[in-house]
Amino acid sequence: MAEKKGRVYRVSGPVVVAEDIEDPKMYDVVKVGDEGLIGEIIRLNSGRATIQVYEDTTGLRPGSSVENTGLQLSVTLGPGLLGSIFDGIQRPLDKIKAESGDFISRGVNVDPVDLKRKWEFVPKVKKGDRIKAGDVVGEVQETSIITHRILAPIGTDGTVSEISEGNYTIAESIGSATGRSGRAIELTMMQKWPVRIPRPVIDKLPPEVPLITGQRIIDTLFPIAKGGSAAVPGPFGSGKTVIQHQLAKWSDSDIVVYVGCGERGNEMTEILTTFPELTDPKSGKPIMDRTILIANTSNMPVAAREASIYTGITLAEYYRDMGYSIALMADSTSRWAEALREISGRLEEMPGEEGYPAYLGRKVAEFYERAGRVHVLNGSVGSVTAIGAVSPPGGDTSEPVSQNTLRVTRVFWALDASLANRRHFPSINWLNSYSLYLDDLKKWYSEKVDKEWNGLYSTAMNILQKEAEINEVVQLVGYDALPEKEKEILDIAKVIREDYLQQSAFDEVDTFTSMHKQHMMLKSILMLDEAERKAVERGVLMEQLQKVSAKQKIARMKFAAEADADRYFEDVKKSISEIERIEARSK
Amino acid sequence: MSDVYYKTVKQITSVLLFVEGVRNAAYNELVEIAMEDGRSVTGQVLDSRDGLAIVQSFGETRGMDLGNTKARFQGTTAKLSVGTDMLGRIFDGVGRPRDGGPQIYSDEQVDITGEAINPYAREEPSEFIQTGISTIDCMNTLVRGQKLPIFSGSGLPHNRIAAQIARQAKILGEGEEFSVVFGGIGINSEEANFFRRELEETGALGRAVVFLNLSSEPSMERVILPRLALTTAEYLAYKEDMHVLVILTDMTNYCEALREISAAREEVPGRRGYPGYMYTDLSTIYERAGKINNRKGSITQIPILTMPGDDITHPIPDLTGYITEGQIVLSRELQRKGVYPNVDVLLSLSRLMNQGIGQGRTREDHRGVQDQLYSTYASGKDLRSLTEIVGEEALSESDKRYLKFADLFEQRFVNQGYYEDRDIETSLNLGWELFSTLDRNEIKRVKDEFVAKYGKWKD
Repeated sequence: MAEKKGRVYRVSGPVVVAEDIEDPKMYDVVKVGDEGLIGEIIRLNSGRATIQVYEDTTGLRPGSSVENTGLQLSVTLGPGLLGSIFDGIQRPLDKIKAESGDFISRGVNVDPVDLKRKWEFVPKVKKGDRIKAGDVVGEVQETSIITHRILAPIGTDGTVSEISEGNYTIAESIGSATGRSGRAIELTMMQKWPVRIPRPVIDKLPPEVPLITGQRIIDTLFPIAKGGSAAVPGPFGSGKTVIQHQLAKWSDSDIVVYVGCGERGNEMTEILTTFPELTDPKSGKPIMDRTILIANTSNMPVAAREASIYTGITLAEYYRDMGYSIALMADSTSRWAEALREISGRLEEMPGEEGYPAYLGRKVAEFYERAGRVHVLNGSVGSVTAIGAVSPPGGDTSEPVSQNTLRVTRVFWALDASLANRRHFPSINWLNSYSLYLDDLKKWYSEKVDKEWNGLYSTAMNILQKEAEINEVVQLVGYDALPEKEKEILDIAKVIREDYLQQSAFDEVDTFTSMHKQHMMLKSILMLDEAERKAVERGVLMEQLQKVSAKQKIARMKFAAEADADRYFEDVKKSISEIERIEARSK
Repeated sequence: MSDVYYKTVKQITSVLLFVEGVRNAAYNELVEIAMEDGRSVTGQVLDSRDGLAIVQSFGETRGMDLGNTKARFQGTTAKLSVGTDMLGRIFDGVGRPRDGGPQIYSDEQVDITGEAINPYAREEPSEFIQTGISTIDCMNTLVRGQKLPIFSGSGLPHNRIAAQIARQAKILGEGEEFSVVFGGIGINSEEANFFRRELEETGALGRAVVFLNLSSEPSMERVILPRLALTTAEYLAYKEDMHVLVILTDMTNYCEALREISAAREEVPGRRGYPGYMYTDLSTIYERAGKINNRKGSITQIPILTMPGDDITHPIPDLTGYITEGQIVLSRELQRKGVYPNVDVLLSLSRLMNQGIGQGRTREDHRGVQDQLYSTYASGKDLRSLTEIVGEEALSESDKRYLKFADLFEQRFVNQGYYEDRDIETSLNLGWELFSTLDRNEIKRVKDEFVAKYGKWKD
């Protein structure tokens, strides 16, 4: 650390200008004032450095000291990350609470991970083995679900000279290696990585495996691939956060990183209270054991909000490098973009659209590019799936953050206020949304779910599209004037909308639907469609079909337990076959 | 505190003073600005650099000049003396008594910006507050520690609704009443009198603290006022273990004042001229609602704002809605129909209601009834607009029932008296009464067992 201290020249909110800092470099982390507020150099100009400070600067004066750490903004990586809740710059909120009480005070200095806790380390290499960057040197059982693979740090290339099993803290030496030049490398379970730099990989793989979320409209109509990227734009109250929570709870990724970026404090509390009570459907273990939370609520410092999504994705990349699949939720990227705008405004930069800085598009693209299914350095496959909520002002997605996000993400779940207002949840609009992964994932669905799946999908989508067309006619001539055939389409579309796409996040059973049950449900509905169409051809009126028992049963199918799905399906099938017996009646 | 007066004011704009030669003013430091005629106003440092401090004045700049006006930097940030003797008192926008009573002196000097509650220390709000208003209790349940704004429009009865909530709000099974902190931001004297009278008549004034900035008073005080109100509320909640209901009206005036400062500073404007940091700024007000683990008190916030042009996409309601845990939206259409409280149920939302309802809290059928009322009313309203085109004759029998339902819902469920305090049972039973006008099979959102138990069909 530098001996010579600089001094503050100007304070304007989170932006501080300082002079005489020793050897300032772009993105160096500095400590400002007596309280040692953490900041980052974001501009250099003949002897003066502009710093964005991650904490409230109230009371800071010109003349206060500034100290350069010479390091970039980095996260600490190692066992002990899972189950934690961090602020935007990786300070654990529970430790901040222990230090400063119920309110977050400034200048709190806490370790990102517990440095005292001992972990049982099991080596996976032995003396004389060659190790390179990203190789697994050993394992630690981090939580009941996740085995933490200790990776050789980036830049390592050498031969193991010593390694031993035992209980260690993450900073203790677990062994050593000799570099190719003969230099000794000490091995520990801890490493650091600058958040703004993507961790290296060998290459990117095509997206072929879907992230199964248990949410019917997503898995069936607009699936996302593991390693893919999705945008969820919607006005307030449209259910963005509920969708993000549902994905965090139920998606079949190995690990979830949830970044609450500039959102509500009570929402993070809700996660903190509900997640420990929930169990992962795959392993039956508490889902907190595979979750990392990052919470920089809206009233916490704005610069740390800017950093929070980088902190999140770096942690995700670290676990990806162990060969895991990670789902990263960022709620909301609009607040991150606003943080960029606020800081840019304080720097008096020339604004682009709506006051956002001209580099907004580049920053958004850089972030989503860090997602992907990849060959990690040790040759195994890992993935980071990035799902970003966008909060467009007034729900109008023509604004810059939505537009820049849609340009780079491949799945678009368009949340619709009018659906949300009638409590149709998830309020994903089936006509405006899209997934560009559909073709890539067809093979998986056909092999892993059923051969007929892709056919069912197209039929269902077709019905929904026709419904929209017919509804335009209804607006002009009324429902009664429609031919029976079209009434039948409206009828089935309603069943699809209400009994399939609508899903309650608050019902114990309905909150998650396996692919198998989704198949059974969709198949039932389309069988009903077929039976109804045949009946209409026989001259049966749609009125006569309103109260068939099959419909009641299909409506209740979402509440049937997973284990009963097959039995329930057979029952529905029987009820559908009763439709054959309905006779046409003369008008 | 320094005794140095700077007479180096080099530039004055409508609300800002540029003071030169100041070497080390702290960011957000308080400044006393003394004029030649003996008047003085308070200001705050917005931007401090070596040799220049930009000071925002909370009072009027009328009468200030270059050369004689003096600035004294007070070495401290804005603080408020708090104590229980504030209860029953009325203060102005910067915390001075305006009821003729004595100044508050206290050892508790609290920084008015407040610190963010650590999300890890928060307790999930889950205690149902019964307001006695069906559209809130049954449809958009308020819980203790929530922030639930009222989105209104000019001329709509938001003040009456807020007063009715303040009068009727209670926790079932607890005798304790809410303390009220009322922040009147740029409201006119009639509105101010209305609230004062309401508080007096119900005897609530004794457990209320009122901060008042009238529309004729300096607009810059409006930026300070909500923070004074919340600092007081935090003291009452977390130091004195009270349950506090904070009513802030009208947040639109707050945002206007914020825009005024931003324009004076020549900042790059965001949407419609409001500053780009308005979201962050508003969050430092709204996020001060909540409950904290192992502390008895709580802060529940009901901010009121009038949507300019009834436009819910306007930045003020828009940014508010993104921060608050739902919103109660008032409808001009219902107002015209003579429905009070004119709550537009479809646009309203309470994000925290799930935690506060159900068995043991309200009643087991609450979620289902709420869901069913929503979707049925929504369908009824859709049909209403459809009949405007194709006429009622083109509707099926079942559709006609939905249409009728929408009317009944507005007239019987939404509509209630200003002094009518409906308990939650009454509201839910009213819902079942309305359902009985529909076919039993159409009640899809409520569990069968509850339909059997609470349904009012005559079999």
